[in-house]
Amino acid sequence: MAYLELNNICKTYGQGDNESQVLSNINLTIEEGEFVAIVGFTGSGKTTLVNLINGLLEPTSGEVLFKGNPVSGTSHERGVIFQNYSLLPWLTVEQNVLMAVKEAFPKREKAIWKRKAAYYIEMVNLTPATNKLPKELSGGMRQRVAVARALAMKPDMIIMDEPLGALDALTRGNLQDQILNIWGKDKRTALLITNDVDEGIYMADRIIPLRPGPNATLGPEFKIDLERPRDKTELNDNASFKKTRNAIIEYLMDIGDERKSEAKEQFILPDLAPKDFVNQFR
Amino acid sequence: MKASLTLNKVSNFLGLGLFRTLKDLFANKLEKEDFKNFLRKTIVPLASILLFLGLWNIGAKALYNTEADFKIEKALQNQGQAAADALQVCIASGESSCQPNTLPSPSQVWGSFQSLLRDHNIINADKAAFAEKTAALNKTRIAEGKNAIVYTGRPSFVDQIFRSLKTVFAGFLLALFITVFAGFLLALFIAVPLGIFIGLSPTLKSAFNWFIQIFKPVSPVVWYLLVFMIVKTVLIGSADDSSFTISFISVGLCSMWATLVNTAMGVSTVDKDYINVAKVLKLGAFQKIFKVVLPSSLPLIFTGLKITLSVAWMVLIAIELLAQSPGLGLFVWEEFQNGANDSNAKIIVAMFVIGIIGFLLDRLMLMIQNWVSFDKTDAI
Repeated sequence: MAYLELNNICKTYGQGDNESQVLSNINLTIEEGEFVAIVGFTGSGKTTLVNLINGLLEPTSGEVLFKGNPVSGTSHERGVIFQNYSLLPWLTVEQNVLMAVKEAFPKREKAIWKRKAAYYIEMVNLTPATNKLPKELSGGMRQRVAVARALAMKPDMIIMDEPLGALDALTRGNLQDQILNIWGKDKRTALLITNDVDEGIYMADRIIPLRPGPNATLGPEFKIDLERPRDKTELNDNASFKKTRNAIIEYLMDIGDERKSEAKEQFILPDLAPKDFVNQFR
Repeated sequence: MKASLTLNKVSNFLGLGLFRTLKDLFANKLEKEDFKNFLRKTIVPLASILLFLGLWNIGAKALYNTEADFKIEKALQNQGQAAADALQVCIASGESSCQPNTLPSPSQVWGSFQSLLRDHNIINADKAAFAEKTAALNKTRIAEGKNAIVYTGRPSFVDQIFRSLKTVFAGFLLALFITVFAGFLLALFIAVPLGIFIGLSPTLKSAFNWFIQIFKPVSPVVWYLLVFMIVKTVLIGSADDSSFTISFISVGLCSMWATLVNTAMGVSTVDKDYINVAKVLKLGAFQKIFKVVLPSSLPLIFTGLKITLSVAWMVLIAIELLAQSPGLGLFVWEEFQNGANDSNAKIIVAMFVIGIIGFLLDRLMLMIQNWVSFDKTDAI
C-alpha cells in the first residue's frame, strides 16, 4: 500500500463566475522512505498542492490518503517546512523549536522537552544561536530553525515547500546536504517542492513536473537512478544526470511554449502615433 | 557604575537624551564629534524654551498695556479726569484690586505656581490639625456606631491633580477591560478552526461595526450626559460621591474606541503564515491565542492604548468640569469663574501641569510597550 496517495485531486478557489480551478486531476503515490520532488513554475499551484497534503486545505474533489486513511486537518505525522520560514518572531530559536517538541512529546515527558529541543537545534548546527530571536539570524539560519522545528515534531513524512528558494547558492548547497544527511539517517518519506531542476535531481529519487495552472496537473515522472550519496561536482559529468536533466528541462520548456501558444487572445494596438515632438515647438 | 547605568536607562526611557549628554559633559567624556550632538540636544531646546518665554512675556506685556489703556480711557469717559488719574496711579502701583484682566506673564504664572504649592502646604497643615482635633471625638463616634467626621475643606491644587489622575486611570482601566474582553472574544473566534476564522470573524465584524462607527465620534459632553442619566438612577439613595463614578465612566467611554478598533484590527490581521504554523503544530485554542494571535497583534494594541490614554487625559478636563468632580478640569473652570487677580495665572499653571502629565503618561505607555512587545522598532 502506498504511503501517501492522491486520487483525482481537484482544487478550485472562489465560486460562480470567480471560480478558478487551480489543480485538476492530480494523481500521485509516494512509497515509504521515498524522496520525491515536484518541479514547477512559480504560480503553478505548488503551494496549494502542499497545503492539500499537509491538511491546511481540503480538496474540492478527490481524496488524499495518508497511510491509507483520508487526511482531515493537520497532523504531527506530516511535518512542514514553509517557503518563508514562518518562525514566530517574538520567540527565540529554542522557544520556536520547543513549540513543536511539546506537540510531539506528551506532557508527562515534560522533563525531556528542553533536551529534545537542544538535540534538534544541534542537528542543524545552531546551538550557539539557541537564545537568539529570528530577526537576529541570517536567512539560512532561519531556514535551519524551520527545519529543526519540522523535525522536532517527529514526523513520519516531511513536506518541504520550496524550502531553499530564498537563499543564496552557497547556503542552498550546504542546506541541501544537511537535509539529505538528516533524511539519510532514518529514511523518512520526503516530498520536496521546488523550482530548481538541479536541486530536484540532486536530492530526489523521483521527479514529477507540475504542469502550470490554472488546471495544473502532474506530468510524467522521471526516475533518478543515481547512487547515494551523490556528489555534486561528479554529477556534472555524469551522463545519466545530464540526460535526465535535459529531458526534464525540455519537457518544462515545451510546456512553457504550449502555454504561450494557448494565449490566443490578441490585443490590437490603438492606431496612435506620437506627436512630432520637434515640430511642436517651432 | 550601577547608578550611572540606571540613570542612562531612566533617561532613555523618558526619551531625554539630554540627561546623558549633560552627564557625559560633566564626566569630561564628551568627544569633539559629540559636541554637535550636545548642541542639538541641549542648547537648541533650551534656546527655544527661552525664546518661547520671551515671546510670551512680550505678548503678555502688550496685552496688559492695551487693556490698561482701555480701562483708563473708559474711566475718563465715565467718571472724569480725577478717576482716570487715580486708576492710572493704582495700576502703576501694582495694587491687585485694579489690575487689568489679561494674559499673565511667565513670572506671574511662576508666582501662582508657588502660591498654589504654599496653599497646598497650608491646607495639609489644616487637615493634620483637623485630624488631630477630631481624633478623640471620632473614636467615640465610631465606638457609638456613627460615621466619623471627615475634613470637608476645599481640596488643594495638588489634591486635584491626584484626583484627576485617579479619574483618568479608572477611565483608562474601564476602557481597557471593555477592550480586553472584546479583543479576547475576537481572538478566541480566530484561534478556533479554519471555518470559523473565515466565517465568523466577518460576521462578528458586521455585527459590531455599526456600533463602533456610530459611537466613536460622539462628543465627550454627550457621553457625560448619557452616563449621568444612567448612573444617577443606579446610585439613587446612595451617599457615595457619584461625580467621580460619572466622570471616570465617561472618560472610559470616550477614550476606549482607539484601543477597540486597533485591537480588533491587530487580532484580525494576524499573518496567515503564523496561523498556518499554529495549525501545523496543532496548538490548542488558548495556546494559539497567547502564543500566536496576541503577541503578533501587540504592537497595534499598544498604539491603540497610547491613543486611548492621551484621549482620556484630554477629555478628562471637559468631563470634570461638567460633572463637578474635583480635579484639574474643575480647578480651571472655578478659577475662570472666580476672576481673582491671579486666576488667569493659575489657569496657565494648570495648563502646563496638564501638558506635562500628558507627556509623562505617554512616556509611561511607551515604556510598557517596549517591555512587553517583541517588535522594538515599532515603538515610536
